[in-house]
Amino acid sequence: MPAQLKAGLAIVGAIVLLSLLAPWIAPHPWDTISIRTRFQPPSTTYWFGTDDYGRDVLSRLLMGGRLSLAMGIGATVISVLFGVPVGLIAGYVGGKVDEVLMRIADVLMAVPAIMLGLLVLAVTPPALWKTAVAVGFVYVPLIARVARSVTLGLANVEFVEAARARAESAAHILFREILPNAWPPLIVEASLRVTYAILLGSALSFLGLGAQPPSSDWGLMISEARAFIDRAPWIALAPGLAMCLLVIGINLIGDGLRERLDPRLKSQLARV
Amino acid sequence: MAGYVLRRLFLIVLVLVAVSLLVFTITSILPASVAHLILGPFAPPEQVKALELKLGLNDPILVQYWRWATRFMMGDFGESMLMNRPVAPLLAEAVQRSATLTISAFVLIALIGVSLGVIAALHHNRPLDHAVSVATYLGIAVPEFFWSIVVILVFAAYLGWLPASGYEPLSAGFSVWLKHLIAPTITLVFAHLAHVSRLTRSSMIEVLASPYVTAARAKGLPERAVVIRHALRNALLPTITVLALDIGRLMGGIVVIETVFAYPGLGRLLVFSIQQRDLPTLQAAILVVAAIYACANLCADLLYAWLNPKIRYGRTVA
Repeated sequence: MPAQLKAGLAIVGAIVLLSLLAPWIAPHPWDTISIRTRFQPPSTTYWFGTDDYGRDVLSRLLMGGRLSLAMGIGATVISVLFGVPVGLIAGYVGGKVDEVLMRIADVLMAVPAIMLGLLVLAVTPPALWKTAVAVGFVYVPLIARVARSVTLGLANVEFVEAARARAESAAHILFREILPNAWPPLIVEASLRVTYAILLGSALSFLGLGAQPPSSDWGLMISEARAFIDRAPWIALAPGLAMCLLVIGINLIGDGLRERLDPRLKSQLARV
Repeated sequence: MAGYVLRRLFLIVLVLVAVSLLVFTITSILPASVAHLILGPFAPPEQVKALELKLGLNDPILVQYWRWATRFMMGDFGESMLMNRPVAPLLAEAVQRSATLTISAFVLIALIGVSLGVIAALHHNRPLDHAVSVATYLGIAVPEFFWSIVVILVFAAYLGWLPASGYEPLSAGFSVWLKHLIAPTITLVFAHLAHVSRLTRSSMIEVLASPYVTAARAKGLPERAVVIRHALRNALLPTITVLALDIGRLMGGIVVIETVFAYPGLGRLLVFSIQQRDLPTLQAAILVVAAIYACANLCADLLYAWLNPKIRYGRTVA
């Protein structure tokens, strides 16, 4: 296993595990307000300090991690669920269908991702699951493009032609013949997409279009901590650093996977 | 080439039409009535009805779209519903401020990114190279809004050198204006530096290992001349296309950065108009963004096509 993959898996694994176990390992209740413990700097009781409501930052960080991870993974699942079939169909059927689908993708990619997300979220009152849906929607055309290009490469391979000669249905060819062989690049793309999804989702949360108080993902935690940055910087630094670790970990996994799945890339990666 | 450019420009126009339709559809399914937004929640129903009639809000959506689109083509961007001002000058001011911000960030990204890339390549696999990699990697790994908070913490709260947020026009004095510009610019630069520096580094490493650089060294040229005149010139070609793409990325970046720093540019206007459902402002602003974004991408593609044969030419000569 490449060293990058190991390091990435260790970092991400630790964050996922800690977030999943949050309700049991959090040292304090994440939402109990206490005026007397406001703005406590990091100490042995409150490892990462307390926030403006006297809530334990570490406990909130762990609970927020669940939300941020769930949002990022949920968004990626949505974009894969919709993007992969669209890409398969566009690549396999080709012609007019391909042209129309790809032009729609062009339109959706003609606006910066964050603005498209803002637009989609403008329709309804904010909630974190809606942010996940919006982010997933933003990334559908990107996943579809990758799936399409993989499909194009596989459409005329022998085993696909054999299936066609057996008069298998298009659905069978797409999902039984092409898809199983298209997975490796799609998995790499999806694993990297999780990072972007978490970053984009937390930016939307930061702008107030994600998790709603008192529950809080990392983006909202940073946003709420903004007002106290000069007197209590630890409130903002904890979720910021956590996000930094997570993103670096996922990127390491992506690089490692790419190297593992495609040995030809190894020499190129070493150069970059 | 001219045919290709024309076709791409035509596509951009189509994309802009589609984007404007998308915005129109999304805003038309908004739950709140625009008339209610303007008159406030306690307005009598008759007044709301009258205003809806006046604004044509009861017409079919396609009729409304057509009315907006024909006016837009004539240069009438409509009136902002919340600021009681025509959209065009509002937008022009915002674009101008955002342009100041993005252009200064862009220039710095180009200068610092290329320099860091060259330094890293010259120290290939030595500590300085790794230091540059880690620093630029951190830049993209962490969301922009977190960097902006760090910048505020360090430069405004801790050192007290810069104002934490806001904007002052140039008429308030050059140093005041500049001080308000520095913090958001630093944040944008740091968040977008990595693409340029990493690409410059990898292509510099490749070029430095090529025969013509060896030949230049063998001629006894000073190392400076070899690096700058022979290696960098060729290594820069792929970097230039990435720089063109960065213009598009910066357009996304200003949304968050301007909001955090309360910098009244295009990004903040957009967030504001979405939050306040100010449709005319939103429509115009998003079209400006989409147009710049699309043109930046087109420039990147054209530069790539234009520069590519040169790269090949350079290699065969060597």
